Order: sequence, then structure tokens, then C-alpha cells
Amino acid sequence: MSVKLSTRQVGDVTVIDATGRITLGEGASTFRDTVRDLAAKGDKKILLNLSDVTYIDSSGIGELVSGFTTVTNHGGVLKLLGLSKRVKDLLQITKLYTVFEVFDDESTAVRSF
Amino acid sequence: MADMDRGEVPVMDTLLESNLDSVDDAETSVLKVAEEIGFDEDELHKIGMAVRESMVNAVVHGNRYNARKKVHLTILKAADHLTVAIHDEGEGFEFSAVPNPLSEENLLRQSGRGLLLIQAFVDKLEVKRREPGGTEVKMVKYLDKAS
Repeated sequence: MSVKLSTRQVGDVTVIDATGRITLGEGASTFRDTVRDLAAKGDKKILLNLSDVTYIDSSGIGELVSGFTTVTNHGGVLKLLGLSKRVKDLLQITKLYTVFEVFDDESTAVRSF
Repeated sequence: MADMDRGEVPVMDTLLESNLDSVDDAETSVLKVAEEIGFDEDELHKIGMAVRESMVNAVVHGNRYNARKKVHLTILKAADHLTVAIHDEGEGFEFSAVPNPLSEENLLRQSGRGLLLIQAFVDKLEVKRREPGGTEVKMVKYLDKAS
């Protein structure tokens, strides 16, 4: 199963709920297109909820970085919510913990923008 | 490639097509053997990721999805370890020439983290050019080092 994405508003924060796998191919490109569209229409505060993401590979990690860069270049901020231990480990290994703001709790994450 | 001194037994030696279905096939085959050896769920996840990253490198960067080129998968099983070799028929590359994905200037690059993840998830990694062309990635995972 590749990734399924849905978006919702919590105040002025756009939350992207992701479910499934973000890997090379369809999953990664779906994510890329969604973030690009949100950034292009002016959403500046984006919270990516990865609570139901079961697997991310290096291509998926690349898409997270690409999404971060896209949003930043549009003057916005992209933060991460609900990482599993395995995804946290990936961010540690790749040193991306130094790039992303990561939260375990949604309300804390929303207030942080 | 078999190293019988270490008690390794060849389990699979096959050619795979240069497409993404082969990534799934290779992962399934390797995990079946890894389970037989006795790796736990967490280690199976790491082994699976290492195999997927290596297969993606072979299919996408090595063979560039070329239908005339194959990916060679070899699996060796021993009581205390698993050895997987994956080689493509691409142009090959120098491991030492791959930009360090952990350098400050490379942190925001979209790609280039596959080998880093493989290195993190297996106990031994060898990457070498093959003649007349291609790259071989050989990975070893030990049962007693699993945590």
C-alpha cells in the first residue's frame, strides 16, 4: 500500500494526515504534489502527521526534505508530528533531527507555530 | 562469493528484472531466509530496508530501469549470519566518491542517503566495482550482534 494523504485545518495550521508507506514511486510523488500544492496556495503553517505511516525509505526521507525546502522557500514552516520509533531512528541516522521540528502531541505542535 | 569456511550455504542465486517489482521480490526472498536464521522483528525490518535500498540503487541508479540489464541476487545462509549480495550491470561508481549525506552542505539534498542507511542496518558492507561493468553490494548481518 502506498501513502494516503488527507488535509484538515486546525486554526491556521494545515495538518496533513499520512497513512501507509512513503517509498520510491507513487507514495513519494503523492506526498511531493500535496505539499507543493499547499505551499503554492499560500499555506504557511504545515504540520505533517506521520502517526499512521508504517514505513519510510530513503526516497521517502528525500521527499520529507524536499517538502521542507518547498514550504520554506514559500516563506512557510513544515513540522513533523507522531513519528514512530523507526522513523525517529531514520531521522537520527540521517541527522535530519537537526533540520525538522518534531512533536509527539498535536496540540503542542499546533501551538508551536 | 560463497565462503564455506564460515559455514555459509547458498540459498538463492538468481537474476531479477530491472524494475520496482524486483525490489519487493528480493526483500521477500531475503526476509524468508532471515526469519529461518532467527532474526527478530526489529532486525528483520533493518535487513528488509537494507535490501530495498540496495535493490533500488541497482535498479534505478545502476541499471536505470534498462530491461536488457539484470540485477543479480545471491543469498547465503549460516547458523549465525546472513549474507546478501546484489549486483547490477550499470556503469559502476566509487563508494568513496559518493557525497557524505551527513555534511552540513548535503543535509537538504533530496537523495544520496541509501548507502548510509544500508551501512547503519547491516554489520558489514562492501561495495565494489565489477568487471566489465556494474556494482556489487555485499551485506552481512550477524545474529549475535542483533539487538
